[in-house]
Amino acid sequence: MTAIANASTARQRTKGETAIRLVVLTIAALLLFAPFLFQDVRSLEVAAKLCIFIVLVASYDLLIGYTGIVSFAHTMFFGFGAYGVAIFLKQWGAGWDAIFVGSLAGIAVSLAVAVVIGLLSLRVKAIFFAMITLAAASVVLVLASQLSDFTGGEDGMTFRTPSLFKTATKLLVDEDNKVVRLFGVKLNGKLAAYYFVFLSCLTLFVLMLRLVGSPLGTVLKSIRENEARAEAIGYRVVAYRTFVFCAAAVAASLAGSIYAVWLKYTGPDTTLSFSIMIDILLMVVIGGMGTMWGAVIGAVLLVMAQYYLRDLMGVAAETTANLPLIPDILNPDRWLFWLGIIFILLVYFFPAGIAGSIMKRGAPRATSE
Amino acid sequence: MEKLVNTIERLGGVNLLPVALAVVAFVLIGNPSSWVTLTVAGLAMGMMIFLMASGLSLVFGLMNVLNFGHSAFVSFGAFVAASVLAGLSGWLSGDSIMLGALALFLAVSAALLFGLIAGWFFETVIIRPVYEDHLRQILITMGALIVSEQIILAVWGGTPTAVPRPDFLEGALIIGDISIEIYRIFAFALGLVVYIALYAVLNRTRIGLLIRAGVESREMVEALGFRIDRLFIGVFMLGSALAAVGGAMWAGYETLISPALGGEIMIIVFIVVIIGGLGSIEGTLLGAIMVGLVGNYVGFLAPKLALASNMLLMMAILMWRPSGLRPAVK
Amino acid sequence: MSLLSISAMQTSIGQYAILHDVTLEVPEGGVFVLLGRNGAGKTTTLRSIMGLWRPSPGSVRLRGQDITGMHTADIARKGIAYVPENMGIFGGLTVAENMVLATSKGQFDAARLKRVHSLFPALEQFWTKQAWSLSGGQKQMLSVARAIIEPRDLILIDEPTKGLAPAIINAMAEAFREIAESTTILLVEQNFNFARSLGRDMAVIDDGRIAHTGPMDAFAADAALQDRLLGLS
Repeated sequence: MTAIANASTARQRTKGETAIRLVVLTIAALLLFAPFLFQDVRSLEVAAKLCIFIVLVASYDLLIGYTGIVSFAHTMFFGFGAYGVAIFLKQWGAGWDAIFVGSLAGIAVSLAVAVVIGLLSLRVKAIFFAMITLAAASVVLVLASQLSDFTGGEDGMTFRTPSLFKTATKLLVDEDNKVVRLFGVKLNGKLAAYYFVFLSCLTLFVLMLRLVGSPLGTVLKSIRENEARAEAIGYRVVAYRTFVFCAAAVAASLAGSIYAVWLKYTGPDTTLSFSIMIDILLMVVIGGMGTMWGAVIGAVLLVMAQYYLRDLMGVAAETTANLPLIPDILNPDRWLFWLGIIFILLVYFFPAGIAGSIMKRGAPRATSE
Repeated sequence: MEKLVNTIERLGGVNLLPVALAVVAFVLIGNPSSWVTLTVAGLAMGMMIFLMASGLSLVFGLMNVLNFGHSAFVSFGAFVAASVLAGLSGWLSGDSIMLGALALFLAVSAALLFGLIAGWFFETVIIRPVYEDHLRQILITMGALIVSEQIILAVWGGTPTAVPRPDFLEGALIIGDISIEIYRIFAFALGLVVYIALYAVLNRTRIGLLIRAGVESREMVEALGFRIDRLFIGVFMLGSALAAVGGAMWAGYETLISPALGGEIMIIVFIVVIIGGLGSIEGTLLGAIMVGLVGNYVGFLAPKLALASNMLLMMAILMWRPSGLRPAVK
Repeated sequence: MSLLSISAMQTSIGQYAILHDVTLEVPEGGVFVLLGRNGAGKTTTLRSIMGLWRPSPGSVRLRGQDITGMHTADIARKGIAYVPENMGIFGGLTVAENMVLATSKGQFDAARLKRVHSLFPALEQFWTKQAWSLSGGQKQMLSVARAIIEPRDLILIDEPTKGLAPAIINAMAEAFREIAESTTILLVEQNFNFARSLGRDMAVIDDGRIAHTGPMDAFAADAALQDRLLGLS
């Protein structure tokens, strides 16, 4: 049965879908070889951030794309994971045990909070849920910046990670006890840290892909399409939604733990802030909700834009410096203004996002709306 | 026990919650003059929050539209009023109460006018295309909020803006050892006037009747021959204007405002409408007063808990009454 | 000319087609009964006439005027009143407020108000009470009363006897008979005895199509036809 279904979906795969898959595979390959292809510090930062945000956005897509519920608490779970690792690394010193226990603690807190919020508000309207998650996330943000003895407050906390990830660590040495270079890249701890990030994120992403490809994914889609009917067929909608909410929370929490290990720093601005929540929302909508591939594309586009578009806008602002208001709007700090407008236009005209819209292209049968 | 429940119900039921809260706080605070100061501050804050939240609640009740961009009206109201007051600062510091009052009136009117126009634009351009589609509604209004915040940053800059206020609203009334800021009395009075006016419109006029009926069942009001969508844009504009006025009042209260204001207010406003129950202005007033009082009392008793207190209040009330204290009948 | 003529009406809700082909002529005066099994499309037919669902294609004409695709409010102003299955009472409003909403100008015509009060004395008794506190039968009376407080050409009534006690059903039948003397009622009913006592003409809808139409007397006499169209097949 499953085999037949797979075969038929494979036959029906549109040109657009193939294109999207190719793009995603290319991105994956670029990320895999990133340290060798782009040999500067900033590029490696961008690549690592990409890996983590792909997971974060994909986990958010689980929620918004596969169940149609909007949560504004995703950075909260991201933060739980990051703070869990940070606190344990700070208390216990740099060790794998601290990373492990810290991640688990983050997951535990995320799960507990997700279950409470889910049971309290998933029964009611989607809008209620959005409001309550927003309120919960803001309270956690405030708590994190106020309980400074515990969380480092506004400044956050820096900590040391296992010595394997130190830039000074030599993974391979030659006869002169110098670090071995492969294609000109030093095989040092930074490289190890990057591949730790890459592989962990890849694992998480593949797990999520499996989840949406499983029968559970089908159930989720049917709930999204028609809640009343799914309920009538006998699916326990609240239970499924709470489960997905929990799964998304755990994935986000793990992404937060990985991010903390990579940055060797955790603070409100890197994990909990509302602007990250906005970024996630923009990424998932621009990329395309409910596809998983869209998460990859959205995250790549926005992270790249964050790092590089701002430079471009800076140049544009300088060249228009003599005009009124325009340089203010073109100011690199105003890049969210443009993203916001693109976002609104996308939701109006291409609610399926980039991936979703391209995937519909070249469909064997005309899909009518 | 049942007798007690009946007595409470007759005295006003859930409307007594703020009174109960005040009594408990009195015992915990133990110092009458601090208690009076905090209570007045809480009521004033509650009234300003009511102004900001009432529109959101009605708009949701009437059309099932939740505007995540609502707090943008609050921010714009605050900054527009601040600009007007700054431009007329000569009138504020003079001896003439008349000129000061006129400046204040102009500032609030500017906010109100801005709210009306922005509300009209928001409803027709942003929200109308996505009626009935909650997911896109949340996303689009969120996008509009992002853009609005960026516009505020571009126009007024990221640094905090000082808000001058008229001399006659500065200072405090001293009665014995109790001191009450005059601005708080003013904020409370204005909020009360707006509430009474809204209440009168909703309960004494035909349009109010249509709104109340529309909150319950839009379809049935239409089946009786009335166009709710035409009514709705009016309600939306009014709600936006009230939010802008609330923002203007808030600016004068804080005296220093930054673009982050909208985000902070948004959370409080959401908590208020959830506590109060969506769709009823009585519920919104109740929720706003509760949030104002709890914020001030807890801020005094346990400052670290102050910001989480509203969240805890909301969770407690949701567990007790999942649709809020006084929701509209649906 | 018929008062209401529906031709080839099709209505879909989301992706589900509910009405496939409803063609119906409702003559002026009296009670026209629309019968059918659960889920056959009776309520959808009424809602489509009222413009609460958008039929496409197909057309609905009132006295020859095309009202298809008009806004519900405008259809109501053309002279059609709607008494939905859930009665559509505004619970937070008083009985009086519910009634005044149903008037087009916000004022009662004294004669009509008197007639409503004499038809449904309970409403006068609870005039200032909030409507949620009424009993089920009283709510149904209020809903019907709203429909007749203004002169209307056609009143659509959806299963008014559902969940009501037999005594109240009798009173309701009395009221309908009197109302039908001056206006036309299109009545959707499951309760066949109630429908038979009132209806002059009737139609049966089955799976989104009109399966039979004709005088009520003939249908009531034909047990085999009843069994085929309404029985639990």
